[in-house]
Amino acid sequence: MNDLIRACFSGDVRAVARLITLLENGDREAYAALYRLKDHAGRAQVIGITGPPGAGKSTLADKLIAQFRLRGLKVGVLAVDPSSPFSGGAILGDRLRMQGHATDPGVFIRSLATRGSLGGISKATHAAIRVLDAAGYDIVLVETVGVGQSEIDIVRVADLVVLVSVPGLGDDIQVIKAGIMEIGDIFVVNKADRDGADRVVREIRAMLELQAQLRRGQIPKGGPDTLAARAPEFLHHTGLAEGWEPRADNESGATGKEESITTPTPGVRPGAGTVSAALVNQEAGTISAALTIAPVLKTIAETGDGVKELADTILNHFETLSRTGELERKRLESIRYQLGQFVSNEIAHLMSLPELAAAQDELARKVFSRKMDVYSAGLALFHTIIEQGASHEHPQT
Amino acid sequence: MERKIRVLIAKPGLDGHDRGAKVIARALRDAGMEVIYTGLRQTPEQIVSAAIQEDVDVIGLSILSGAHNHLFPRVVELLKQSGAENVLVFGGGVIPEEDIPFLKSKGIAEVFGPGTPTSKTIEFIRANLKRPLN
Amino acid sequence: MTDLEKLQQDLTTWTTKVEKANEKYPERKKQFVTGSNAPVKRVYTPLDQKDFDYEKKLGLPGEFPYTSGVQPTMYRGRLWTMRQYAGFGTAEESNARYKYLLEQGQTGLSVAFDLPTQIGYDSDHPLSEGEVGKVGVAIDSLADMETLFGGIPLDKVSTSMTINAPAAVLLAMYIAVAEKQGVSADKLNGTIQNDILKEYIARGTYIFPPAPSMRLITDIFEYCAKNVPNWNTISISGYHIREAGSTAVQEVAFTLADGIAYVEAALKAGLDVDEFGPRLSFFFNAHNDLFEEVAKFRAARRVWAHIMRDRFGAKNPKSWMLRFHTQTGGSTLTAQQPDNNIIRVTLQALAAVLGGTQSLHTNSRDEALALPTEEAVRIALRTQQIIAYESGVAETVDPLAGSYYVESLTDRIETEVLQYIKRIDDLGGAVKAIEQGYIQQEIQDSAYAWQMDVEKNERIIVGLNKFQIKENPPKGLLRVDPAVGERQKQKLAALRSSRDQGAVERTLAALRNAARGTDNLMVPILEAVKAYATLGEICGVLREEFGEYKPNVMF
Repeated sequence: MNDLIRACFSGDVRAVARLITLLENGDREAYAALYRLKDHAGRAQVIGITGPPGAGKSTLADKLIAQFRLRGLKVGVLAVDPSSPFSGGAILGDRLRMQGHATDPGVFIRSLATRGSLGGISKATHAAIRVLDAAGYDIVLVETVGVGQSEIDIVRVADLVVLVSVPGLGDDIQVIKAGIMEIGDIFVVNKADRDGADRVVREIRAMLELQAQLRRGQIPKGGPDTLAARAPEFLHHTGLAEGWEPRADNESGATGKEESITTPTPGVRPGAGTVSAALVNQEAGTISAALTIAPVLKTIAETGDGVKELADTILNHFETLSRTGELERKRLESIRYQLGQFVSNEIAHLMSLPELAAAQDELARKVFSRKMDVYSAGLALFHTIIEQGASHEHPQT
Repeated sequence: MERKIRVLIAKPGLDGHDRGAKVIARALRDAGMEVIYTGLRQTPEQIVSAAIQEDVDVIGLSILSGAHNHLFPRVVELLKQSGAENVLVFGGGVIPEEDIPFLKSKGIAEVFGPGTPTSKTIEFIRANLKRPLN
Repeated sequence: MTDLEKLQQDLTTWTTKVEKANEKYPERKKQFVTGSNAPVKRVYTPLDQKDFDYEKKLGLPGEFPYTSGVQPTMYRGRLWTMRQYAGFGTAEESNARYKYLLEQGQTGLSVAFDLPTQIGYDSDHPLSEGEVGKVGVAIDSLADMETLFGGIPLDKVSTSMTINAPAAVLLAMYIAVAEKQGVSADKLNGTIQNDILKEYIARGTYIFPPAPSMRLITDIFEYCAKNVPNWNTISISGYHIREAGSTAVQEVAFTLADGIAYVEAALKAGLDVDEFGPRLSFFFNAHNDLFEEVAKFRAARRVWAHIMRDRFGAKNPKSWMLRFHTQTGGSTLTAQQPDNNIIRVTLQALAAVLGGTQSLHTNSRDEALALPTEEAVRIALRTQQIIAYESGVAETVDPLAGSYYVESLTDRIETEVLQYIKRIDDLGGAVKAIEQGYIQQEIQDSAYAWQMDVEKNERIIVGLNKFQIKENPPKGLLRVDPAVGERQKQKLAALRSSRDQGAVERTLAALRNAARGTDNLMVPILEAVKAYATLGEICGVLREEFGEYKPNVMF
């Protein structure tokens, strides 16, 4: 295992690929070896690319890779596609659109199946990011399954999320709940040569403005109802959502309190909506000087139009994130998430051990035959797990 | 978590007929495997590079243009050069039976001609993986 | 009561009786379906054709809506053209095969090009390695084209060229060869396939993205209308769509949708619908379900006639007529017991003839294994000749007209085709539908369903999943000489050193300029071709100017 890890550091492609496979398979030794490393992480800039199906994420990723390569950056890509809930198999078709980079030694592309995870990425994605980081890739692109109700785990593993939408998606829009606007650090309207592109850009910006106003405790003209009234139509046009409703914590305006922009609102990613004015697309025009919102860009991924500007925006954004301390905060949160994942993985592993499975089974029968109540049984199981965990052997490296 | 069989389905050369490749990809998916499809017009270099990055167990090469005797051995050769020896390589498409011994001598494990049921290919893969499932 | 009402009663009684008997002696299957999985009834009666209006639904032969055929006398006037697709290896070898076929009674030529040629690469391009001459003849320059047609009088034969993305170049070469023979372009007869949309959908030999491809196509329409008036400038194809796994209905629907896209593009380019309309031709498949295939051809003619007259307002009756070439279905032939394929091809050829095709290619028995040998291709040709001269089906027009079953099938296919066309219209037309992967997904789903039916033995293929035998591998298959690639490379080297390099560079520069503007590209392409610029060089310039197509792949 150590040899494998060492090979990864030296950028050995086979080793990197092998290690990712082991992580995907849940190999605990691999996880232990990887996570024991303190120093070989944190260099890579992790960019999430998300958006509804048909938005052109893969084509955009393909062009972005070229842009980053022009700047001499090594790029790792993780492209996630859903596993079939029936067979457990998957057809991973994102790579197709990036195959032009297959023989570039500075590019590594790996397709991952969700294998049952519902968050838009797979359980091993975070670990895979670490591997690519350790192997020396400057940029790691993570392309998620799509965006919907619960597929926002990308937020937890990426430093920066690019949210891609398209004009005129019509009926096939995914239904998601409030929170979608919070996900994006940079918004892209792809297939911008289609009718309605400019309108989509305007509406996204308007939405972000409203959001920024509310967050500052300013009640936008027309009252908080404006948001609710405009949201469905706007989000419908962008293909981002239907049935969006503003959440209670957005109505900070009602209390008149100035909401500190450095205090994260539960569920709201810190940083969204606070990007400096310098990054705002020059065509803005409608944005008042006092408000700063995330950049909204137009691209035509097929031809590459606008992708150079997107790459510039992304790299500049990183600088800003570092400077303002935002990056640090995101990474802290991401680590907190990882720790949480680690613990739940350990528990899941313990639960799968025969002794514990047997204990769980026994307790279940007791509850079923009313010899025990659920609470007591649950507690008993909990204590058994803790005891087991304490005496259980963990992989040594 | 579990171990999945990962398969790369590739179309080497200029042949544009992808009905078979797509049907087998779907069948393998329905059999629980993870399938990466490369798309058309792949060079042997692109195929092998993808196979390594994706750490696949199997490569399926689909070709109907008659260029198999040139392209298939090239893929196997590149795999060897890259040290990826544990990959099972099979072929499909329009490949005359008399060419099969040559292809096998070059490292192609099996050739599935027209009319082969997908179940046969699936069984073959399961029975001939070079890396154990566990 | 009326006769029909009585019949309805009798039918109900009869059905009850039959189904009762079926309880004891069930029919062979629970469900009977066509080759495209459409349900088939036990019997078709006048009740199924209650509203049959002969002149509205069929029209007399050669009259709108041409359901029975586009000519009044059809095969009584002239048999369909027997046109066997052929080509392999070098231009010399193909030339020999063409002469053989013409001697054997074939009445038209059909040229198959190798993959590098179809994709605009010269034989010495790295991607051409191993592919030169394998699926057709290798043509790198006008010199090869001259060899291909050496000794074949182009004013006496009609030639169909299966070429799409670089069609303009090959057509220019053909015109240049004719010129050297002293035959002026207005005397030339033939077809170029020139159907890029189906390349995106099903065949895969595309080069450029849709917009510049459409421009090349409409440039060809315009050029030929003026200079090569007897030339069929496009063969809008369903053959490949069917081979990719579509149903019969989808084959017609997607082909006609593509046709609509081409007509709209030409109209947008300022051409008059009756100028290019008469020269549009089609290319369909013929699979095994005899009656469904016949109905399919009839439905296609009826639907297209209405589209051209009612949707596009064409006034010239020639614009309303759907003329088509048919090829028997390659994907239906088996590698197992290949002689069985001769019978399959016979049934398919029969369907095409009963369906009123203008020209026909019959596959050879070794289709699933290799390109055909001389013997195999001769049998394929004889199949057509026996149908023509011995079977009697060519002695009258549309012999199946009026069959309750066939008319019902025709009606049903027409309805379903129109539904698909509407759906595609709603998506914004064929180009948009392809961009969104809609057409490809439909085809793939059908292909997968077919495969599963075969594997579950719900669809029987004789020799494959029933009546199998233990067999030895077939002998005597055609092999393309692997030295072809080397020979072509040598020819190219010789060409490059002997031609006027200055003229090549000049003409290529002029082509590049024209590509950036809006002039008709046929003119600069002709000049470049005559200067012996290679196909790869010409397409290389266009690739740089137009870019390359990136497909949207669906699962």
